[in-house]
Amino acid sequence: MSEPGVPERWQDPFTILGILTSAKTIAIVGLSPNELRASHFVGFYLRRHGYRIVPVNPREKTILGETSYASLSEIPFPVDVVDVFRAPDAVPEIAREAVRAGAKALWCQYNVISPEGGAIAEQGGLRVVMDRCMKVEHARHLGRMHWLGFNTGRISARR
Amino acid sequence: MRERPAKEFGFDTRAIHAGQRPEPYTGARAVPIFQTTSYVFEDPDSAAAYFNLQEYGNTYSRIMNPTVAVFEERVANLERAAGGVAFASGLAAQAAALFTMLVPGDHIVSSAALYGGSITQLKHLQRKLGLEITFIDPDDLDRWRAALRPNTKLLYGETIGNPGGNVLDLEGVATIAHAHGAALMVDSTFATPYLCRPIEWGADIVTHSATKFIGGHGTSIGGVAVEAGTFNWSNGRFPVVADPSPAYHGLAFHETFGVYGYLMKLRAESLRDLGAAMSPFNAFLFLLGLETLPLRMTRHVENAVAIASWLERQNGVTNVRYPGLASSPYRALARKYLPLGAGSIFSFDLPGGRTAGRRFIEALNLWSHLANVGDAKSLVIHPASTTHRQLSDEELTAAGISAGTIRLSVGLESAPDLIEDLETGLRSVAEMRAEARV
Repeated sequence: MSEPGVPERWQDPFTILGILTSAKTIAIVGLSPNELRASHFVGFYLRRHGYRIVPVNPREKTILGETSYASLSEIPFPVDVVDVFRAPDAVPEIAREAVRAGAKALWCQYNVISPEGGAIAEQGGLRVVMDRCMKVEHARHLGRMHWLGFNTGRISARR
Repeated sequence: MRERPAKEFGFDTRAIHAGQRPEPYTGARAVPIFQTTSYVFEDPDSAAAYFNLQEYGNTYSRIMNPTVAVFEERVANLERAAGGVAFASGLAAQAAALFTMLVPGDHIVSSAALYGGSITQLKHLQRKLGLEITFIDPDDLDRWRAALRPNTKLLYGETIGNPGGNVLDLEGVATIAHAHGAALMVDSTFATPYLCRPIEWGADIVTHSATKFIGGHGTSIGGVAVEAGTFNWSNGRFPVVADPSPAYHGLAFHETFGVYGYLMKLRAESLRDLGAAMSPFNAFLFLLGLETLPLRMTRHVENAVAIASWLERQNGVTNVRYPGLASSPYRALARKYLPLGAGSIFSFDLPGGRTAGRRFIEALNLWSHLANVGDAKSLVIHPASTTHRQLSDEELTAAGISAGTIRLSVGLESAPDLIEDLETGLRSVAEMRAEARV
């Protein structure tokens, strides 16, 4: 079920799996230092599963033990994925920065819905995922979400 | 890529495979029974992450168990839900689902045509937890609307009412609930996910007594609650779901976990606190049941149609309340919501009340007289003296039955054998009437 304005290809399981299995460095725009916030849960989880987390939050020096940058353009090394926890109207500018930074994918979390931002990223050659949670999708396809009775939708007879 | 993540698999495939991949360590093809209370942590950091809900991890089998989890995911998958939580019984699932969202002073509008145990449970909650409950005739959408109050948080009914066979207008009631900012919870035990998926029509929470058709063989007591994940619990009316939880350092479950917020709360707080966990062995038996659910339900429905049609033609039988019959007032609703059949549990009346009911049951040989439904074996009961015994005559009427009502749960035996046995029972009642006239 996709929200209006979110094309199916931005929620495609093959795209999602491709990003999750190839990414190494993930910039999280809007990562909160508050450990009760959703973004913190996602950052903690992704770091725990071996990804390098790069916080982007101008109000903080470090989050989850990593240096926090004021914006994407200030990150002095390449990132694979730009994961967005911001209001939808901030997405187009973040998408332009992600294109300039040479990121390979733009990932917008639940309710971060911006068809304009998605189109900018796509035209810049990035893969796009929108209105999906990176933690949930990792847990669904590669992790242990099934341990808590959640519907992963996965069917396979392979060991 | 080894898996085909995008493919939409059929119901029968999902009934066999959803929730389980072959166990990676041994390759065991059947679902292993993880008969363990607890789980060794990899390291202290992992343990902390599990208890903080930062990682999906096993801690203690009162809260989660890998065998039970396969069952939970399979039911959730079949019901098109975001997830599920299993319980020690259907009533435990229902109580926990309510406990998770309601506070004293909240109001529930409930169908009056419910399983007697559910009516009793709701009345106890009313008296002991300060909930307000209005029971209404579920067949009239205006009554649902008229019963709404500013503090109405939940509408509740059964897909197929027990034992009156009322088919709930799921879409209509869901629309009324959501327009009021209230959730719709449905007990879909009699339909099973094979015959109806209430979430597809707007229900938010679906509960099952797995004891019935899901297990299918009368071996185990269990229940499950699944949730669609689409209801806005942060609409300002559900502080216990939306507000920061003192049990988890101020975590706001719905805001933080979104689609999975209610389910996380149902497990991490309600199941943990109420403690009515499903045993791994029972989960294993329920999974065996689910594998053949489509096959069994098809046969249950075939037998039920044959027997209901036959009963309708017999002298001395009235009010055959099977929604699958052309004569049923619920025929149109059954066609919409139960296109593959209206289950196999229904009731009919014997004129002569209590005495006739007793004589009928005494004469049967193949039908088992007991208080359960949804077994491979055909079952019979007289509700007024058993399952609905705690109800007054007015409540019996509200539940759509009378003192002479007999409830059948049609099993998987040869239909002619079942009919022959019922014929013996009817003959015995007729003889009783003849003797009375002499």
